[in-house]
Amino acid sequence: MSKTIIQVNQLRKDFYVGEITVHALRGVNLEIREGEFVAIMGTSGSGKSTMLNILGCLDKPTSGSYFLDGISMGELSKNELAALRNIKLGFVFQSYNLLSRTTALENVELPLFYNSKIKSKERRERAEAALEAVGLTDRMHHMPNQLSGGQQQRVAIARSLVNDPVVILADEATGNLDTRTSFEIMALLQDLNQKGKTIVFVTHEADIAKFMTRQVVFRDGHIIREELVTNRNNAVELLKNLPLEELV
Amino acid sequence: MNYINSMKIALNALKRNKFRSFLTMLGIIIGVASVIVMLAIGQGSKKSIQDQMASMGTNLIFAMPGSEQKGGVRMGSSDAQNMKLSDIDAIEKDCPAISDVSPEVRASGQAVNGNQNWPTTIYGVNNKYFSIRKYTIGTGRSFSENEIQTYAKVCLVGQTVVENLFGKNDPIGQSVRFKNIPLLIIGVLGEKGENGMGQDQDDLVIAPYTTVQKRILAITHIQSIAASAVSESQNNAAITQITRSLRNSHKIKEGAEDDFRVRSQSEMVQTFSSISDIMTVLLGAISGISLLVGGIGIMNIMYVSVTERTREIGLRLSVGGRGNDILLQFLIESILLSVFGGVIGISLGILATQLMSSVMNWPVVITTISVVMAFLVCSAIGIFFGWYPARKAASLNPIDALRYE
Ligand SMILES: Nc1ncnc2c1ncn2[C@@H]1O[C@H](COP(=O)(O)OP(=O)(O)OP(=O)(O)O)[C@@H](O)[C@H]1O
Ligand SMILES: [Mg+2]
Repeated sequence: MSKTIIQVNQLRKDFYVGEITVHALRGVNLEIREGEFVAIMGTSGSGKSTMLNILGCLDKPTSGSYFLDGISMGELSKNELAALRNIKLGFVFQSYNLLSRTTALENVELPLFYNSKIKSKERRERAEAALEAVGLTDRMHHMPNQLSGGQQQRVAIARSLVNDPVVILADEATGNLDTRTSFEIMALLQDLNQKGKTIVFVTHEADIAKFMTRQVVFRDGHIIREELVTNRNNAVELLKNLPLEELV
Repeated sequence: MNYINSMKIALNALKRNKFRSFLTMLGIIIGVASVIVMLAIGQGSKKSIQDQMASMGTNLIFAMPGSEQKGGVRMGSSDAQNMKLSDIDAIEKDCPAISDVSPEVRASGQAVNGNQNWPTTIYGVNNKYFSIRKYTIGTGRSFSENEIQTYAKVCLVGQTVVENLFGKNDPIGQSVRFKNIPLLIIGVLGEKGENGMGQDQDDLVIAPYTTVQKRILAITHIQSIAASAVSESQNNAAITQITRSLRNSHKIKEGAEDDFRVRSQSEMVQTFSSISDIMTVLLGAISGISLLVGGIGIMNIMYVSVTERTREIGLRLSVGGRGNDILLQFLIESILLSVFGGVIGISLGILATQLMSSVMNWPVVITTISVVMAFLVCSAIGIFFGWYPARKAASLNPIDALRYE
C-alpha cells in the first residue's frame, strides 16, 4: 500500500468574530495517500477552504493533530512552517494570485527564490521545465495581463509544481473558468496525478469532482461522506467530445 | 536567509513600479541635492573669507588706543592721544616675536588731480608697512628714511585712486593734492582687491607718517600701530610682548587696566569663520528638514505599498517566504530607494554647485565630508523609515494576507 501523505485527527477550527464563535471545523478525521486525487466537496460555508488552509499550513487548527509526510505540524514554528510550505507544498488559488507586471517565468520561479539551496541557473531550468509541463513554453515571457484566465491558471499550476511538492492543494482552481478551460485544467491535473503527484482539490461542482479518484464531502464542519469515484471521467476524452459550438 | 535573492526580489518589485519608485526617490533627491548645495555655499563663503583675510596677512597685529569694555565708561579711541612714536621704538627693542612694526596715522579727504577728485584715505606709515600689510610696489619706489625725516611731500597710490584720478595715464611723477598739500607720486601699489569685509584695499594713498602728522593732521601722536609677528604661530607671543612693552611705555601700574587694545588678524579670521560656520549650520539644517520630509515620503509610500501589496505578501508567504524574508525585501526596497535617490541627489547637487560657481561665480566648496554625510543620512533614512512598514509586512499572517481585500 502507498504511503500516507496527510493524516489529520479530530481537527477543529474555531473563528472568533466579536462575541460569536464560528465552528468552521468540528472534529475532522482524514487520511490521504500518495498518488490520490482527492475532491473536497460540500456546500458553501461547510469548511472546505478552512480545511485546505490548514492542510496547507497557512492557518493553524484550534485543536487536533496533523501529520504531513510524517511530520507533526502542531509543534512547528512559523519559520519552520514557511520552510515546509516551500519544500513540500504547492498551492493553486481560485484567483490565480500571480504577481502583476512579472513574466510567467519569473512568477514560476518565485517559490525557488525562497530556497537558498537552489542557484539561479537551476531555478531557471526548473521554472522552464514546469512551464513546459503545463504547455506554456511559448508564453514564458508574457505578463499575466497578456494571458487568458486558463493560461494564468496554468502558470499558477506550474508555480505549484516547480518545487516538486509532495502534495498540490487547489481551492476552486476552476471556479473562474468556463467549461472547456476547466476541462483543460483537469486534463493537466489528471496527467500530473497519473505521473504520481498527490492532489487535493476543493470544488463544489459535482462534474469536476468526477475527474478525481476520491470524494470527501463536508457539511457544517464535519465530513459526512467519503467515497471512491467509480466511473471516473477522463478529461482528455471529454474534451474531444465537447462540441466547439458550445463556446460560441 | 539569502541576501542576494532578497536583493533581486526587492529590485524586481521596484522595477515593477518604476514611476512610483521615481516619485518616492524625488523627495530624497531634492533633499540631498539641497544639502550638498547649501553646505557647498556655506563652506565656500567660509573659505573665501579665510582666503581674503589671509591676503591681508595672518600674522598681522594691531594696537590701538582704548580699553576693553569692562563696565564703566569706555574712552573714545579716536580721541585718545596716548600712543607715541616712542612706543614704536620700544616695541622694536622689546619684542623678539615681532618682525616689523609701523606707526599708523590716517586722514580721510578728497584726493585731487586737476579737475578730477576722489574721496579716499591717506595712511601715514613707515616703509615697513608694505610688508606688514602685504602690499607690493607695482611700479616706482617706496619712500626713503631721509624722506621720512624731512616730512617729504611724496606718496604712493593704490590702483583705485589711479583709475579715478589718472585714468590710463602713468601717475608716477605727477602730483596729487590732499587737503591742499601737493604730494609727488613716487610709486603705485600692486593690486590687492577686496578684503573679507568687502572693503577695497586699493583705495588708499600711502605717505610717510611724518608727512601726514605734520602737514595734514598737525599732530605729534600716532593713531595706531601695525606690526607683524615673526610667524603666525608667534601671534600670541607677539601680542603678549606688545602688551607688556606698551604697558611699560605708558607706565601703567600692576593691576591697572590697559589704555590700548591689541588684536591679531587671525582672531578676526576666526570670528568671521565662526560666523560663516553658523551660517553653514543654518543652511544645512534647513535642507536637512527637506531631507527629513523626503524620508517621510519614503515611509508613506512603503506603508501604502505594504497595504496595497498585502496579497502579494500573502502569496510570498504561501510559497515559503518567511517573515524575515518579507521584512528584508521591504527594508531593501526602501534602502535601495533612498540610496539610489541619494546618489542621484549627490550628483545633482554637485552639478548644481559647479553651475553656481561657473555661471554665477559663487565661491563654493564641496567637501568629501558633506558628500559622505549626505550618503550616510540617506541610508539611515532608508533603514529608519523603511523599518516600520517592513515590520508590519513581515508580521502578517499568511492566510489573512491572502484573504485581504
Ligand atoms: N477568517 C474567518 N473569520 C471568521 N469566520 C470565518 C473565517 N473564515 C471562514 N469562516 C467561517 O467558517 C466557515 C467555513 O468557511 P469556509 O471558507 O471554509 O467555507 P467553504 O466551504 O470554503 O465555502 P465556499 O464554498 O463558499 O468557499 C464559514 O461559516 C465562514 O463564515
Ligand atoms: Mg472556500
